[in-house]
Amino acid sequence: MDALTIPPVDLGLIAPLLVVVTWATGLLLVDTFFIPVGRKKLTGYLAIAGLVVAGLVGLPLWGVSGSTFGGMVRLDPFALTLTWVFLLIGILSITMSLDYLPRQDIEQGEYYPLIMFAVSGMILLAQGADLIVLFLGIETLSITLYILTGFAYPRLTSEEAAMKYLVLGAFAAGFFVYGIALIFGATGSTRLSEIGAYAADRDLGDTNLTLLLGGAAMVLIAFSFKAALAPFHMWIPDVYQGSPTPVAAFMSVGTKGGALAALVRLLFEALPTLNAYWLPVLAGLTALTMVVGNLGAIAQMDVKRMLAYSSIGHAGYVMLGVMVAGEQRGPEAFIFYILVYALSNLGAFAVLIALEHQGEEAWQLDDFAGLYQRQPLLAVAMAIFMFSLAGVPPTAGFMAKFYALTAAWEGGLPWLALVGVLTSAIAAFFYLRVIIRMFMTEPEGEPAPELNRGLTIDIVVAAAGTIIIGLIPAPIFALVERSAVALGG
Amino acid sequence: MLANYAIVGIFLVAAISFPLIPLVLAFFLRPKRPTPLKTSTYECGLEAIGDVHVQFKVQYYLYALAFVIFDIEVIFLYPWAVAFQVVGLYGLIAATIFLLMLFAGLLYEWRKGALEWV
Repeated sequence: MDALTIPPVDLGLIAPLLVVVTWATGLLLVDTFFIPVGRKKLTGYLAIAGLVVAGLVGLPLWGVSGSTFGGMVRLDPFALTLTWVFLLIGILSITMSLDYLPRQDIEQGEYYPLIMFAVSGMILLAQGADLIVLFLGIETLSITLYILTGFAYPRLTSEEAAMKYLVLGAFAAGFFVYGIALIFGATGSTRLSEIGAYAADRDLGDTNLTLLLGGAAMVLIAFSFKAALAPFHMWIPDVYQGSPTPVAAFMSVGTKGGALAALVRLLFEALPTLNAYWLPVLAGLTALTMVVGNLGAIAQMDVKRMLAYSSIGHAGYVMLGVMVAGEQRGPEAFIFYILVYALSNLGAFAVLIALEHQGEEAWQLDDFAGLYQRQPLLAVAMAIFMFSLAGVPPTAGFMAKFYALTAAWEGGLPWLALVGVLTSAIAAFFYLRVIIRMFMTEPEGEPAPELNRGLTIDIVVAAAGTIIIGLIPAPIFALVERSAVALGG
Repeated sequence: MLANYAIVGIFLVAAISFPLIPLVLAFFLRPKRPTPLKTSTYECGLEAIGDVHVQFKVQYYLYALAFVIFDIEVIFLYPWAVAFQVVGLYGLIAATIFLLMLFAGLLYEWRKGALEWV
């Protein structure tokens, strides 16, 4: 037998991912063996520590560009910045869960390692440069989320949500795999760069072009499902409403960020030559997403469902950046939007948790009545998040929307930017409705919301981030600008 | 390219018709004189009693799950065993990491009591 040449593996390039996965596996064991029931909060702290360590490990990798595992995994500033954003999302989600879980009587140690595994899936999506790796990332993220969605067992709504998500998610995964098979059939590779090179180098011919387009369409369907683009958004409101609130918060920003980061790579590394085919389709989906999400939110009297619809609408604004990611502005707008949306949305969900009492759900609009008189600071924080999600100036949401719309306008999609402006005007209605309820109506004798340390930290961090990025976006934007340079090649 | 698929197609048609034609022919040609004994299931053993859709313990599921994991472990270890001389230390380390991950899963299972029959 000939000596086998093993391709050089540079584990350094996946260091943050490695830390998250190893830490989560270890934590799972430490939790079952050493952490007694009732003190599971300790597991949560350890999980946060792991995510922080992973972030620190990523620091020396700044500016490094390279791929390893035979080109299947890539590290560049784009992936690294997204990794940090994902780690932040994980940390904030765990922080808001620390007191929520015991209060809902659903505290189990597995919750925290599961969140870490989900984060590792998101990181893999940002780093993947091969269709198989992207599939692995999507599945790691999804399977953990199926479990987390049903975590409020035996609450029926939670089970229902998990079941719905599992069945539909498995369906989407099937599309993904079949799409990969077709793409492989057409180009002979699953490596994004090789698919791109193959499609660019030669005339594909009718058969192969049909195969490639069919495969690409199926993969896009799978991504649209994960990122909640209309008309693949039907599952979102039910699943968000049924799942434990911190999980819904994590999902709303996590799956979106992960799936769309992978979509950016797929579109601009594997399929740039087919631009003429997918751009009109995706532009249509994006327009539909913004309209459906924002119109759907108007009808919601339940704030959690309202946030679910709003997350559909925001997927549309994120897509604005994704579609023009071939130009510098696109990936910049994408990363910036994901970061800002994560802060504002996690903050809003944290306020929702503060209002949620044992066994009863206080998500109706009326539960927010007169919140200002009961808990002035909480009301102000919620107002900041609502303003940010609506895109009102002094907040970060305005900057994010501004960059996304500019990117679309300059990237040759002015009509889509117009749709974005119009729909965000509609969106202002239902976000401001919450604020009016909080500040201008009398309280209806609801008990004071319970605030605890984890939630307070979360809300303060999110609110401070939203305001600071809104007022001085320059430092963050400088970081985002440098992360986006590597892309679009 | 397409001609290759044609061969597959012809093969498929031939494969289906080969057992189908005798069965159809026999159906039309044979004399039809059924008796209860003739129509009973041609099996040895006892008559089946009750429905096949019975409830059984969810714990079988846990065992099946654990079994599948270790089944796959063995499948992955075969190629390593075959190529052991070639992949050398690198392969050893990779396989050890793989085994350690599964071992962590087993530990977790054991500690959670999934291996006990209740």
